[in-house]
Amino acid sequence: MSTDTVAPTAAGGPSTGDSPSTAALPGRPGVPFGRTLHAELRKMVDTRSGRWLVIVMSALAAIVLGAFVIWGPDEDATFRSLLELASLPLALLLPVLGIMAATAEWSQRTGLVTFTLEPHRGRVVLAKALAALLLALVVLASALVAAALANLAGGGAWDLRAPAAGGVLLALLVYVLQGVAFGLLFLNTPVAIVSVLVLPTAWTIATQVIASLADIGAWLDLDSVTRPLFAGEMADKDWAQLATAGAVWVLLPLAIGTYRVLHREVK
Amino acid sequence: MITIENLTKRYGGFTAVDDISFRVRPGSVVGFLGPNGAGKSTAMRMMTGLTPATSGRATILGQPYRELHNPGRQVGVMLDASAQHPGRTGREVLRVAAISVGVSRSRVEDVLALVGLTDEEAGRRVRNYSLGMRQRLGIAAALIGEPQVLILDEPANGLDPQGIHWMRGLLRRFADGGGTVLLSSHLLHEVQIVADDLVMIGRGRIVAMGTKEELLERGGTTVRSTDDARLAALLEAAEVPVTRTGSGLVVDADPRVVGEIAAEERMVLLELRSGGSEGLEEMFLGLTAATSREGDAA
Repeated sequence: MSTDTVAPTAAGGPSTGDSPSTAALPGRPGVPFGRTLHAELRKMVDTRSGRWLVIVMSALAAIVLGAFVIWGPDEDATFRSLLELASLPLALLLPVLGIMAATAEWSQRTGLVTFTLEPHRGRVVLAKALAALLLALVVLASALVAAALANLAGGGAWDLRAPAAGGVLLALLVYVLQGVAFGLLFLNTPVAIVSVLVLPTAWTIATQVIASLADIGAWLDLDSVTRPLFAGEMADKDWAQLATAGAVWVLLPLAIGTYRVLHREVK
Repeated sequence: MITIENLTKRYGGFTAVDDISFRVRPGSVVGFLGPNGAGKSTAMRMMTGLTPATSGRATILGQPYRELHNPGRQVGVMLDASAQHPGRTGREVLRVAAISVGVSRSRVEDVLALVGLTDEEAGRRVRNYSLGMRQRLGIAAALIGEPQVLILDEPANGLDPQGIHWMRGLLRRFADGGGTVLLSSHLLHEVQIVADDLVMIGRGRIVAMGTKEELLERGGTTVRSTDDARLAALLEAAEVPVTRTGSGLVVDADPRVVGEIAAEERMVLLELRSGGSEGLEEMFLGLTAATSREGDAA
């Protein structure tokens, strides 16, 4: 570490500007949102763990489809069914992407820097949610490419229409957002991951075991309400059930988690 | 300019920061001194909007921190050099900060040079940094937006003597250029040389503050002789309060009083001066002993 090579002209401080050093800069409080989003997006892929999470998820669809083409019964496989197949592991893993985005500031205490550069924490939360959704789109795009290649190899029908494509897109974005919500709620990566995997499943089991919960279960089971979404066969009642399940498993933890982040002391 | 007015933080029944008020003027370095757990970090987190204050307020450049436009361009903050993602390289940490603050990539290289991190060190992951390197990285991040105000919590912690010397020069130049610096420390000698003013805090309360000179004068008279034990006995006999330090005596009286007593007894004095770091150190320990966790044992 050389300490004597410091050029005095590069010394920090206000010496470089002509502005009086007692007045604050004029302008809107905080940082323009585009810069916050850019920074948050970069932070999700500039560590080894973040980068590999995206690479693994992108590759997973290709691996599943590759195995299916080689060993699976491919007579009745179509572009739509291949994409649905590729989406299943993503539905399981995409919440982790959201969780990692939401918990990073707290698990590594980088919030001390992030929230002093942008004290408006709500904007940081929004930037993180958008960054996770954007990366999910990247993952989905590679799943789409893998499904197309698998379909070329299998010679299936090109039957992907708007409802199914939109359904897969919406379902995966719901799962990413669920991850963000749980991440904000617990602010602890392992706890959030376990909760996202265990809690909805525990609820599904509970509704099957306890008869009185069966009716209400259909409205609050995120797994079952996204099934017609993946298949592109949403009826009116399915939309209503998606709304209720989404409210309970995504919006509610998102609201509580955001409140927590806004009011929590950053240490 | 940093203005703190009646800032208080309570956690349940525990008062971490108790009604503190002080100012840091542009062009000056203020040392925020106190033993561990005195409330320095809590106060600094309140100044930067990370911890909500129970009452009172803190403004920077005339505005509450949250109201500042692009705070990274106005206030350089380092609250904990260790709070970095271990998987990012030093350069990457600064690049992310540069994006958020809105400065160019070349500024990243500028501040790396400024804090003396080499190209190779900047490319290393923070996990492999020593505490001293993390401090340099944290100071680089604080300086990246060319701010007017610096708020640094224990910046000298983990720096080697050469590093402390370097940081002193950096902060001095920053203040001489019109900047405002508040730095905390639990070690008096770390801040004594660079700070213009001192604010001493113990158990959440300000126990002493003023310019360094004022506080040094209040530190009494430092005296050293060929026979300190005998001199101390003579002074005590004359009912002058005396404290023994490692390198002599600190006397709560005018140098003239001490000199006259010594002359009467034909004692040889090696050193006789008003104030001095030993005096301030004594005062620092004395003021904070009553309020620090060692106070009960002392």
